[in-house]
Amino acid sequence: MIRDITIGQYYPTDSILHRLDPRVKLIGTLLFIVSLFLFHSFLGYIAVTIFLFSIIKISKVPFRFIIRGMKAILILLLFTVFFNLFLTPGETIFKLGFINITKEGIKSAGFMAIRLTYLILGSSLMTFTTTPNQLTDGLEKLMRPLNRIKVPVHEIAMMMSIALRFIPILLEETDKIMKAQMARGADFESGGILKRAKSLIPLLIPLFVSAFRRANDLAMAMEARCYRGGDGRTKMKPLKYSGRDFAAYLVLCAYVVAVISMRMLEKRIG
Amino acid sequence: MQIVFDHINYIYSSGTAYERHALKDINFSIQKGEFIGLIGHTGSGKSTLVQHMNGLVKATSGHIYFNGEDIYDSRYKLHDLRSKVGLVFQYPEHQLFETTVFNDVIFGPKNLGIDKLGAELRAYEALKKVGIGDDLLDASPFELSGGQKRRVAIAGVLAMKPEVLILDEPTAGLDPRGRDDILDQIKSLHEESGITIILVTHSMEDIANYADRLFVMNHGELIMNQSTKKVFARYKELEEMDLAAPQVTYVMNALKENGFQVPTDVTTVTEAKDEILKLFHR
Ligand SMILES: Nc1ncnc2c1ncn2[C@@H]1O[C@H](COP(=O)(O)OP(=O)(O)OP(=O)(O)O)[C@@H](O)[C@H]1O
Ligand SMILES: [Mg+2]
Repeated sequence: MIRDITIGQYYPTDSILHRLDPRVKLIGTLLFIVSLFLFHSFLGYIAVTIFLFSIIKISKVPFRFIIRGMKAILILLLFTVFFNLFLTPGETIFKLGFINITKEGIKSAGFMAIRLTYLILGSSLMTFTTTPNQLTDGLEKLMRPLNRIKVPVHEIAMMMSIALRFIPILLEETDKIMKAQMARGADFESGGILKRAKSLIPLLIPLFVSAFRRANDLAMAMEARCYRGGDGRTKMKPLKYSGRDFAAYLVLCAYVVAVISMRMLEKRIG
Repeated sequence: MQIVFDHINYIYSSGTAYERHALKDINFSIQKGEFIGLIGHTGSGKSTLVQHMNGLVKATSGHIYFNGEDIYDSRYKLHDLRSKVGLVFQYPEHQLFETTVFNDVIFGPKNLGIDKLGAELRAYEALKKVGIGDDLLDASPFELSGGQKRRVAIAGVLAMKPEVLILDEPTAGLDPRGRDDILDQIKSLHEESGITIILVTHSMEDIANYADRLFVMNHGELIMNQSTKKVFARYKELEEMDLAAPQVTYVMNALKENGFQVPTDVTTVTEAKDEILKLFHR
């Protein structure tokens, strides 16, 4: 049930994207997200679309799997589109009672839908192809310079990797407790809002208890193995750039150039 | 026939990289009042199988009939099924949530729509049955020891008075006394009220002492479905599946090999004692 949420999960296959250094993927994702907000006409999104879909193709993650993850945020997407559609002031093209759809509204709703969808596709593609451990390793390394100004980079990265690690565990636990309470006749699906909220108590309390218990156990296990923070800690698999990472950086540069020239083109036309 | 499984297949996370064929073409039927033991190596699909019995997990393909009715029929009320088939999960203590032990046990009967007084009565009876004394009724379930929590959780299912009671490793992590207590309670429940019991366990001794018939699972398949004695007579095959026969069965086999005239289909210590004494009185 709950386990079917694929967003933020790792999808284990073997592709070039999977083997890339996590730093490349982090920077690439960041650039991609920035590029999404550059354009003000649909024409501009051609380069973005081509880039995104070729990356999806290269990643070897089945499209079906990616779409399934998108379902989880469908509601959020609809909300944003809805608000943009009805609440943007401007030149009215359709009016019915208090509903007022404007030309600007349609345009901004369309952009919002594209940006949000692409944003989530792009960032989930990163998590599909990078294990949580690699991801935090990459972040730690990228943020290393901040150590100079007394930012506890290692600790932040460790907290992140633990949090990421706990997501599937907690989902699994939720599934289990839900089943156990359903076996005792609990009903999570019917009734009004109040009744439904109340029916969550038998689920949430055991879940919190077990989350605290797990956190406590983990802290203890880490201390038992002499964990004492980041100072002087070495890595079993230190990150190292290889040829394909530099090639990927080149592709990224090409993408940035393409996007910037599209933007200039757009300015000239519009 | 109370429960019938007809060509049941179950695949976890179907269509993803984590796909796992957990049950492969399972067929069996269970009569009312039987005491079934379910054994198999870890990950063989035992828990998955029992979760099908009260409709918590829906089979990928196949049919399940309860008292002759197809539980996957759109008109079938799964809520009713869950009141008739009680399932005690593996590590059930993780499902406790109420402020007191007593309130937690009331949760089940209350969900069945039983009035307050009736639910309290059932809860009280159930707690007595699993050996929780009056002094613990008002304690917080989180203050109890692991074994006590386990008993409370079992009481929570017993209070629903199911027709079929399924226990998924109810004794894992209990002391020998606690284990015997709980199993004896289950046995007397079986004998007095005639409910059907399905017991999942890794202890061959327990299963030999209590079960009439055994299901043996191996990598998602139901390999054996026979009387307890017949299954343990095939202990060589069991060993290939990372299982074993009870210790006494090995003792009797060793005695036989050394020339003592004893039967080898003995599975419990009491039986073994009788047989060995017989040898001396001859
Ligand atoms: N929620 C789940 N999602 C995906 N796979 C699962 C899930 N639960 C179990 N499995 C897989 O299904 C198979 C059967 O698991 P199951 O829990 O039924 O085994 P089991 O016989 O009860 O084992 P144990 O003796 O350890 O309790 C295992 O290979 C397991 O990895
Ligand atoms: Mg199990």
